[in-house]
Formats: sequence, structure tokens, C-alpha cells
Amino acid sequence: MASENASHIGHGVQSEIVISVENLAVGFGERLVIDGLALDVHRGEILGVVGASGTGKSVLLRTIIGLVAKKRGTVQVFGHDMDRLNAQRRRLIERRWGILFQHGALFSSLTVKQNIQFPMREYLDLSPRLLDEMAMLKLQLVGLKPEAANRMPSELSGGMIKRAALARALALDPEIVFLDEPTSGLDPIGAGDFDELIATLRNTLGLTVFMVTHDLDSLAGICDRIAALGDGRVLSQGPLEQLKAEPHPWLQAYFNGPRARASHVHSKPA
Amino acid sequence: MARPSAIWGDGLRGGGVLRLSGAWTADHAAELESALATAMKSLQAGAEDAHFRIDCAGLLSLDTVGAWLIHRARLTLGEKGEVTLVGLKRDQTHLIAEVAQAEIPPEGPPRPTGAYPLLVDIGEAVVNAGKDVSNGVTFFGSVMAALARLALGRAKLRPAAVVTQLERVAMRGVPIIVLISFLVGAIIAQQSIFQLQRFGQPHLVADLVGVLVLRELAVLLTAIMVAGRSGSAFTAELGSMKMREEVDALQTMGLDPVEVLVLPRIIALLIGLPLLTFVSSMAAMAGAALVADIYGGISFEIFFARIQNIIGMNTFMVGMYKAPFMALVIGLIACIEGFAVRGSAESLGSHTTASVVKSIFVVIVVDGLFAMFFASIRY
Repeated sequence: MASENASHIGHGVQSEIVISVENLAVGFGERLVIDGLALDVHRGEILGVVGASGTGKSVLLRTIIGLVAKKRGTVQVFGHDMDRLNAQRRRLIERRWGILFQHGALFSSLTVKQNIQFPMREYLDLSPRLLDEMAMLKLQLVGLKPEAANRMPSELSGGMIKRAALARALALDPEIVFLDEPTSGLDPIGAGDFDELIATLRNTLGLTVFMVTHDLDSLAGICDRIAALGDGRVLSQGPLEQLKAEPHPWLQAYFNGPRARASHVHSKPA
Repeated sequence: MARPSAIWGDGLRGGGVLRLSGAWTADHAAELESALATAMKSLQAGAEDAHFRIDCAGLLSLDTVGAWLIHRARLTLGEKGEVTLVGLKRDQTHLIAEVAQAEIPPEGPPRPTGAYPLLVDIGEAVVNAGKDVSNGVTFFGSVMAALARLALGRAKLRPAAVVTQLERVAMRGVPIIVLISFLVGAIIAQQSIFQLQRFGQPHLVADLVGVLVLRELAVLLTAIMVAGRSGSAFTAELGSMKMREEVDALQTMGLDPVEVLVLPRIIALLIGLPLLTFVSSMAAMAGAALVADIYGGISFEIFFARIQNIIGMNTFMVGMYKAPFMALVIGLIACIEGFAVRGSAESLGSHTTASVVKSIFVVIVVDGLFAMFFASIRY
């Protein structure tokens, strides 16, 4: 699964494309939220997707994972056109990704440990001992204390919910993780820790990360590449420095506005 | 993918080389575990200070499950002597190092078995039943206090909320209550006529159905139906509002949840349930009259003339007096259960069930108490 990718990402070396979206259109009723969007995600990179509210960042994520139906276009994951797969092969692909929903989406009637074990029980044939050990392992991988294992989701803080949900997303050792606003609702220190965690996991587990975010610090800190959405398509994509130089008014306002100046976007050496 | 294996090779004195090969991934977890278990079993209880080597050069792939199992094997062998891992690629070394940081806490004490948990369950059930009663009384008190504030003009009546609830409780309940009451009335009439014919007095069906429906059946049917329709809805609404902190939001705005959420619902029930009881009585009588005409040959004129002669106003009022009490019981139980919902979806479900079951149970108990009361005052 893992390859020697951690070192060369972001340095212009072309690697395998794991997600390829072409000419995508998604809409609700008459209105098209996404119209003619094309985007590639490379193995082992952390891609940040940004855009003003309502530009279809979350819709794009949900379309790629198949929760929202598209009007036209193709979505290829690991080189397979998702429309052409039968249900069984689709499920095999779906096992290879994990999703962190914006509000965690932990099952409220299961403990944290049971939440992490749920996909393992469904898909893997593990002995009870190994099942317990793997759940505790994933829990600590995302920086939670073992004591959190037997708590119910309603007893967790916002940051712990995100971590527990990430542990569940990692339960099956996915190759791609989709993160929908992973740091929203976390304090800046918690958000920084979470960013660091994602970068560490990418390096140790060889993950590919597709991250929808508004957090300028995450973009500056851990994203290898950024795709900015607007007008239903990708306005621009590339490393942070490239996007900062774009003349598009929204990109200018976003990356060079007062909030950007306050964050690490500008203090980071180019 | 190649089948994974763990085979001892020969080599080091007093120890050995464990050669791992194949795909060490979660999909092969069962094979991996048994392969490792076999390898560990074949290990002789050798001397101390043995030297082991785990050779990972043959690994095709490795994920966290595989890495964990290798780490576990290393720990097991580590009790017997020195262990080195060889042949790992760089990212595999990272993965095993990451995995090795996890601490697996020892298992908790085993669950008690036998009679003990049963006794614990019984004890908890008794304590909870006691708490139910005291919660009920407390909640009843706060509802009464809110009603008193309303009567004294110190709290606002929310007419819009009351009317909305009234529409949901009463108006939308009419069709189903008319339907079941009509059918039950018809069935009772049919059975009565069948039995009364043996005594040659089938026309007595009017007396029987009249008393039964007006005193007991209409109010019971209505209360049970309302408990199922509206009581469950109240519990689910209040419960999900509680889960999403909406109740807390109300409180922080200086509003009393009892006044805003509970009172309109209970007032709507207090008005709606007597109305529905009346509708239910009429529907049941209509059903009975129809069957009496078709099946018993008793014309509408005779049926209703008998009803007029035999059934007094008091019989009708017995049913109507009971209705508001049923309404209060259903409303209180539904709201108490709604506010008792905790964070999980499961809790919402169990409290909604409890709300309906308790309401129906208490409605029947209250009905029995009223039957004793009215019998003893000969009303």
C-alpha cells in the first residue's frame, strides 16, 4: 500500500493519479452547483479544496464518493470509472477510502470503540482479541487516550469527536481519506494538532488526503496542492504560492486579505 | 495476492529466523494470526538469551493489521530473548514504529455471571420505577405551576402554538378514530345480537352498546389512539430538541421550556381528547346501529328510540369526565419521556417506546379506578 511518496510530494514529481474528475456537472433542480469541473488527485498528496460558501466544495466531495448524483461527467477512482462498476466492484473501491464527515457522523448508540470496530466487523475476519487491539491502536494513532474507548459519542468534546471519526475512517486502512472541514469548530491549537496528525498519518500510512477546508493555516501548513473552486469549476490549482499570485478577485481577497495576513499563509517562507 | 506465511528457517543458535512472506494485510488477518500462532507454538521452550531474527524481506505489502501482528510477535519472542527485525523497507519501518507506540490496556475484570446480574437488573428496575413516580410528581407540579401562572396572567398563553397542536392532535386524528370506533361499534353490536338472540331479546343490543360505548369504550379507544399518535410524536419532538440543545437554547433566552413546549401540548390534549371522545362515541353508535339494522333487523327508529329511553345524560357524561384526565396523563408521560432523552438515537427510540407503553398502561389503570369510583357513587 505505502510507497516512497512522502518525500517527493509537492516537488513537482508526477505520480499515479488516484482520483480523476472530468467535465463534472452537479445540480439541484434547475441550478447547477458544479458545471464543467475537472480535477486530478495524485497518490500520496494532501489536496486542499477551498472556495466561498456555496461553491460546491462539499457537493464535489459527496459526488466523488457517490452520495450525490451527477448530471454529467466522469469520476474515476483508482483508474475505474465509478459509473461502470457493478455494485460488488464498487464496494471493493469504497473499502479503499475513508470519510470524515463534517460533524463526525459517529453512530450515537455505539461506543467509540464499537464505532471504530464497526467497519472492521463488517468487512474483515478478525479474532476478538485482534479486533480489540486494532481498535485501541487506531484510537491511539489519532491521538486519543485509551480511556476514550468506552465513552459514548455524546460524551466527547468537539475535537475528540473529530479524532474518533478519523479513527473510524482509518479503520480499514484506506488509501484515500476524504475530510470535510476537519478543523472547523476546533480551537486554533486543536486545529494545529489535527493538521499535524493528518500530515503524520499521510507520512506513515501513505494516505492520499482530499480535504475540504476553510482553514488558512491548514492550507499553508500541510496541503501540498490547493484547488480553489468558483463559478462551478476549478478557478486555479497548484501550490499555495501560485494561487496567491492569481489575479482572480476572490483568490486575491482570500489569500491576501486581512485574515490571510494574520495566519501563516504569509509568514511561511516561499 | 500471495498467501501470507510465517515459517521458521534454521540459523541462529538457540533461536531462529522467522521468515515472513506474502501480503500482511487486514484481508488475510485470520491466516496471519493462525500462521503466527503455529510458529509460536513450534517454538521450543528453549534456553534463555536466545537470539531471534524476524526476516521481513519477503513481505509484499503491509498495513496496520500486519504491522501490529509483527509487533506482537516481536513482543512474544522478546520474552525469550533478543529480537531483531530485518529486511524492512523504510516506510514499513515507520509503520511498525508508529504501531509500536500504542499501549493496549489489559482487559477489565470479567463480567459477573449467574444470579448476580439478574439481581442488579431487578434492583435497578425497582429504583427506576420509584424515580419515575417522583419525576412524574415533580413534573406535574411544574406543569400545574405554569398553568397557575397562566391563570394569574403572569405567563403568556401561546395561542398559535395551542392551535397548531390542536390541529395535529384532534383534527388530523379524526379520520382514524372515526374508522376504528365505527368498526369496533359494529363488531360489538354483531356479537351482542348473536348472544342476545338466544334469549329472544336482540333489541337489548341498543342498551348494551349504548352503555358500553359511552361509559368505557369511546374514551379508552380514543386515549389509546392518542397515546400512540400524539404521545409518541411529543416524545420524539421534545427528545430531538433536547438532543440538539434546542431546549437549552430556550432556557438561556429566559424562557421556561415547560411554558413554551409543554403547556401548549397539554392544553391541546385537554381540549382535543374530549372532542375526539365525543366523535368516537358517535361513530361507534353509528356502526352499531348499522349492524343492528342489517344483521339484527332492528331499524334505526327502534334502535335510537331505545337509546333515548334507556341511556341517561349521566352515562354520556361518565365518558366525557374521564377524557381530560386521560389527556393529562398522556401529555405528562409523553413530555417527561421526551425530556429524559439523552444524546443517542437509541435513547430517543427507547424513550418513545416507553412513552407509548406507559401512557397506555396508565390510561387503562385510570379507567379502572374511575369505574370503581363511579360504581361506588352509583352515578
